[in-house]
Amino acid sequence: MAQNPVALARPRRRQSELRAPASNSRGMWLLLVPSLIPVVVFSVYPLVNGVWLGFTDARAGRNVQFSFNGFDNYVKMLKDELFWSSFQIGLVWAFSVTAIQFLLALGLALLLNSGLKLQWLARPLALVPWAMPSVIVAILWKLIYHPDAGILNGMLHSLGLITDSINWLGSFELALPAVIIVGVWAGMPQTTVTLLAALQGTPAELHEAASLDGAGAWRRFTAVTWPSIAPVAFAITALDFIWNFNSFGLVFVLTDGGPGGRTLLPMLFAYQRAFGNGEFGYASALGNVMVIVILAILGLYLRRQLRSAARA
Amino acid sequence: MKPKTGTRIAQYIALGAYIIFLGFPLLWLFSTAFKSPPELTKLIPTILPVNWTLENFHIAFGQSNLFLALRNSFIVATATAIITTLISAPASYVLARSRSRVRTVSIGWILVSQVFPFVLIVIPVFILLKNLGLINTLVGVILVYVVWALPFTLWMLQSYIAAIPRELEEAAETDGASRAVVLWRIIFPLLAPGVVATIMFSFISAWNEFFFALVIIQDPALETAPLLLARYVGAEGLVNLGPLAATALITTLPSLLVFAIIQRKLVSGLLAGSIKG
Repeated sequence: MAQNPVALARPRRRQSELRAPASNSRGMWLLLVPSLIPVVVFSVYPLVNGVWLGFTDARAGRNVQFSFNGFDNYVKMLKDELFWSSFQIGLVWAFSVTAIQFLLALGLALLLNSGLKLQWLARPLALVPWAMPSVIVAILWKLIYHPDAGILNGMLHSLGLITDSINWLGSFELALPAVIIVGVWAGMPQTTVTLLAALQGTPAELHEAASLDGAGAWRRFTAVTWPSIAPVAFAITALDFIWNFNSFGLVFVLTDGGPGGRTLLPMLFAYQRAFGNGEFGYASALGNVMVIVILAILGLYLRRQLRSAARA
Repeated sequence: MKPKTGTRIAQYIALGAYIIFLGFPLLWLFSTAFKSPPELTKLIPTILPVNWTLENFHIAFGQSNLFLALRNSFIVATATAIITTLISAPASYVLARSRSRVRTVSIGWILVSQVFPFVLIVIPVFILLKNLGLINTLVGVILVYVVWALPFTLWMLQSYIAAIPRELEEAAETDGASRAVVLWRIIFPLLAPGVVATIMFSFISAWNEFFFALVIIQDPALETAPLLLARYVGAEGLVNLGPLAATALITTLPSLLVFAIIQRKLVSGLLAGSIKG
């Protein structure tokens, strides 16, 4: 097999890594093409096109002509009350779900890692919500929140705490907290599994050494456990935030953005604009702003994280 | 080191609370599916049915649409799983074995694609499928699902390949085996567990998917199970809680079953990739 001259010029270890398919680039491309084509056609191209549509007045419909309209969509957005409220709701939702999810998942991961019994029950339960379709998770909780037949009102009734049934998902004040709880339930498994894996990577000797030195549980956590899982914790909270901010199916089925737009997440708003009103351009512009919001928040988060890493 | 008894008790109380929080909604779905209509409307419901009944399942399956939706979901999920695995296996070999720019670009793309909200992708995809005459077809849904599952399957498979010692291939090549023979006789058999896990993972993610299906499918006869359920909730589901719960339970079973089988594999794949399904 012909050796790649660039590979030959490199140190020996690099060279052996570069052998095989990389040295045979035609073969390599042959292997890549079957997945490359669909990715380019149905993922890269739509994405680029989607960003571009955000600067046009595109509308749904057959053979509709559309043209570049610069920042018109964004000017319109600034005056759109629903835009402001939906992005505000989206941020409240994404921050609350991510934070609560992380704290609960960390607690559960620590418990699962401390050699308790009942693991056989807790471990699968900690994973199941992840395997369920979001539509079904929504239905599950609709059955719990149901004003007349739901178990939540039933329990409150039997405890004598309420006399009138509460319409959890239909109330202006309670709907958002109610869907946030569902978001936490649905997203906890993945965070738990990730943190648990990081915990299991922490050497047990470190704990033993710390405990021999007389460190209490909290001290052991801050000095030994946390530093070793911090990078994973950082990565998973960042990803959770992105996923939560872009979330759709769960709240779509739970409330469809209601009541009175109190749970209208940005994705729901954009979906309504695109497929309810046919405003493809405006909906894409909303998507662009969502990307900017995410990148801005990630940027801030990353900077803070790096700074605290530099201090440590 | 042994924690104090007090600490242990507190830990068990906390674990119990987690088990209730995570498990109760599942128990409630299960219980609702087996309750008779009068029991469902009681002001103070019982946690388990007093009189177990299969009536809700009869009603659920009585609607011919459920069969149809399950069939559509099955077609879509199976096709997605097979196609995704077939096309990602060769590519994942390149990702695992080369340290070239291809690898960096692919991983970069996998990460970038996570940041973008689906609304940016779904509108151009909708227009594209419409122009191809694939809107409102299962083929259109499958195409989108394949691409949507690819990042994770690529990542999962490449981590399996990376674990196969390169020396095995080199030894076979020294013995005069061609590259194709090496791939087919050496890599492929060792990759079998990874392929199974990948097929099952992409099956679940296609079975569970909702958003793209919602946009692509309009004909009720082509609905996948999540679409049927979402429409059911909107229309009459909150009146007919029993059949709704029964339908939801039936729809969840395949995912839970497959999930039970690949639990461990998925966790290790997740560790390698940490990308949401």
